[in-house]
Amino acid sequence: MHVKEFKIKWGMVIDIDKCTGCGACMVGCQVENNIAPMTKSDPYNYAQALTKDRDDASNKLRTLTWMNVYELSNGKAFPEHETAYLPRPCMQCGNPACVPVCPVVATDKNEEGGIVSQIYPRCIGCRYCMAACPYHARYFNWWDPLWPEGMDKGLSPAASVRPRGVVEKCNFCHSRYMEAKNQARMDGEDPMNLSEGAYTTACQEICPTGAIHFGDLNNPEHAVHELHKSPNAFRLLEKLGLSPQVYYMSEREWVRKQGDNYNAGGSGH
Amino acid sequence: MDSKLFPEGVQRCGFGQFLIWTAVILGFFTWGLYSAVLVLYNGIGTTGLDNYFGFGAWITFDLAVIALGAGAFFTGLLKYILKIKQLEKIINLTVVVGFICYSGAMLVLTLDIGQPGRAWFGYWHPNVHSMLTEVIFCITCYCTVLIIEFIPLVLEQKQWNKIPFIHALAHNMHINMALFAGLGAFLSTFHQGSLGGMYGVLIGRPFAFREGFFIWPWTFFLFILSAVGSGPVFTVLVCGFMEKLTGKKLVDFKTKALMGKIAGTMLCVYMFFKILDTWAWANGYLPSVGLTFDQMFYGVIYGKWLLWTEIVLCGVVPAIMLITPAIRNRPALLYTAALLDCFGVCVNRYIFTVQTIAFPVMPFDAWQTYAPNWVEYASSIMIVAYGFLVLTLVYRYLPLFPQERELN
Repeated sequence: MHVKEFKIKWGMVIDIDKCTGCGACMVGCQVENNIAPMTKSDPYNYAQALTKDRDDASNKLRTLTWMNVYELSNGKAFPEHETAYLPRPCMQCGNPACVPVCPVVATDKNEEGGIVSQIYPRCIGCRYCMAACPYHARYFNWWDPLWPEGMDKGLSPAASVRPRGVVEKCNFCHSRYMEAKNQARMDGEDPMNLSEGAYTTACQEICPTGAIHFGDLNNPEHAVHELHKSPNAFRLLEKLGLSPQVYYMSEREWVRKQGDNYNAGGSGH
Repeated sequence: MDSKLFPEGVQRCGFGQFLIWTAVILGFFTWGLYSAVLVLYNGIGTTGLDNYFGFGAWITFDLAVIALGAGAFFTGLLKYILKIKQLEKIINLTVVVGFICYSGAMLVLTLDIGQPGRAWFGYWHPNVHSMLTEVIFCITCYCTVLIIEFIPLVLEQKQWNKIPFIHALAHNMHINMALFAGLGAFLSTFHQGSLGGMYGVLIGRPFAFREGFFIWPWTFFLFILSAVGSGPVFTVLVCGFMEKLTGKKLVDFKTKALMGKIAGTMLCVYMFFKILDTWAWANGYLPSVGLTFDQMFYGVIYGKWLLWTEIVLCGVVPAIMLITPAIRNRPALLYTAALLDCFGVCVNRYIFTVQTIAFPVMPFDAWQTYAPNWVEYASSIMIVAYGFLVLTLVYRYLPLFPQERELN
C-alpha cells in the first residue's frame, strides 16, 4: 500500500445521521461544475435522427453525477426497517486505484491538498480509470454536452466544460480552492494555511442539514481534524487499502458495517 | 480474367464467383462501417456501454482476437528461433491471421476510445506505471512487426516477383526474418501479459485483483499462457475452415496436429496455473477482504457456470484432448478440441472484462448487467468481415500455402 501523503489533506467528513437524502448536494455540484444535463435530442446533430435518441436523465447509468446519493437499508422488515442516505463524492484516495492505471497521466495526485486531478484535454477516453474505481466516482461523457436553450447563460465561468468522449469526476470544487488561495494572497495571508471555511465545496455549502464537513484533515484548527478520528467515523472499502480522504460518520452500527464488507479497520491488503 | 495473378501452379475459383463472395463480405463490412460512422459522429452513447460498464463487448473482442492472434508470434518463435522446420508450412497463414487480429483490434480500439484523435497521447504523455501504456506501446509496435513480416509474402506475388529488385528485397527480408520473429515474440509476450496485468492490478476490483511476482500480477502470466495455448489452434481452425470452403488441401494434417500438440502443451501448463490461481484467489485473497467465492457470482448472466465452462469444458477437456496423440491425430477431434480451446479463451477474456466490473464492490451497491447493442455487434462483425476480405485476397493472389501444389 503506497499512500501519497501531503502537508495539506483536504477531506470530508459526512455525517450520515444528518443526511436526509434531499439531493441538494447533487444539484449544487451540478451547477457549480457546469455538469451537462441529459437532453434527449440534439438540435445541432442531424445524424442523430438516423439512430436512437440520446439518453435523458432517466437513464441513471448514463447521467453525470459527480456527487451521487445512495440509499442504504438495514434490510429489516417494518417496524425495524431503517434507511440512511450516503452522499458519494470522489473519495480523493491516498492510494488511488484510478491514477496508476491511466495510460496518459490524465489523472494524477500530485498537488498539495491531495485532490486527485482530471485533465480533460489530455484524457483519451479509454475508461480504464472507471473500470478501476470501485466507488463509481468517475463519469464518461457519452454524448456531446448540451444545455437547453437559455440554460447555457447560467454556466459558471470558473469551471471548464468537457467535450464528449472524456472522463470527469468530482475535484472538491477545485476552482474554489484556487480562488481561496488567491483571496488569501490578496489578504496577505498564507495560501498554504487556509482558515476553516476559506475554502468550501458547493455540496458542503448547500447542504441544509450541515451533514457535510469539509476541511484540511491535517490541520488541528479545522473541524474535520477531530471529526475524522471519531469512533463513529469510517471510510468506504477501507480493507482494499485505497485510503480515501472522505470519511463518513454514523452512530448506527448497521450503517458503519455497510462501509466495508464487515471488515473495516484492516490495514489494507 | 485475373488468372495471371494467381500463385504459381494453383487453381482458383472463377472471377464471377469471387466477386459474389466478395460482395457478400462487403455487405457485412458496410453494415459495420455504418455503425462505426454512427459511433464516431454521434458518440459512444450509441452503444450499450454505460458508467458501470465502461468496458464491454469491444474490449472483450479486442482481448479475444489478440489472444487468438498469438499463433503468429508463438509459431514465429518456434520456427525462426527454435528452428522447428515443419512449421514453415503454416507460418505464412499464422502471420496473416496475426496481422488481421492485431490490425482489427486496433481499429476497434479507435472506436472504443472517446477521443480517437488523441490516441497518440499514449506515446506523448506515457504513464510508465500503467499496464495500458505498455499495451499501447507493444500492440502498435508489434502490428508494425507483423506488417514487416507480411510484406515479403506480398512481394512474392507472381507478377511482382518478376521484378529483380522486388525479388531480391523479398529474399533478403526472408533471410532476416528471424530478427523480426524474435522482436515480435518479445513485444507480443509483453503485451499479452500486460492485457492480463491490466485486470490484475485493479486494487479496487476484488474479482480481478491478484498478487504476483514483482510488479506483475499473476494474471500477467496467465494471459500469456492462455494466448499461446489457444493461438496456434486458432490458426489450425482458420486453415481447416479455408480447406472446407475451397475444397482443397492446404496444409498437411501432420503440421496441424503439431500445432495442436504445441497449443495443448501450453494449455496444460496454463490450466495448472489457472486452477491454482483460482483456488488461491477464492481461499486466500477474497476472505482477506471480507468476501466469499459465492459473492462473486450473480444469477445466470454472471453465474458460476461461466467459470466452470471456461476452466473445465473449455480448458481441462481440450488440454487433455490435445496432448493425447490418439485423440489429437483424428481430424474431427482435433478441430473439436481447437474450438473448445478458442471458445474458452474468449470466455476468459469476457469474464475478466465484464464480470470484474459487474461485481458491486460497495456493499450497498447492486449488481448491474450489461448487454451489447447492435452497434457493438455490427462494428465487431465489420472487423470479422475485414479479416475475411484480407484472407480472400491473400489466398487468391499470394503464395500463402507452400504445400498447396503438392497436396492437390
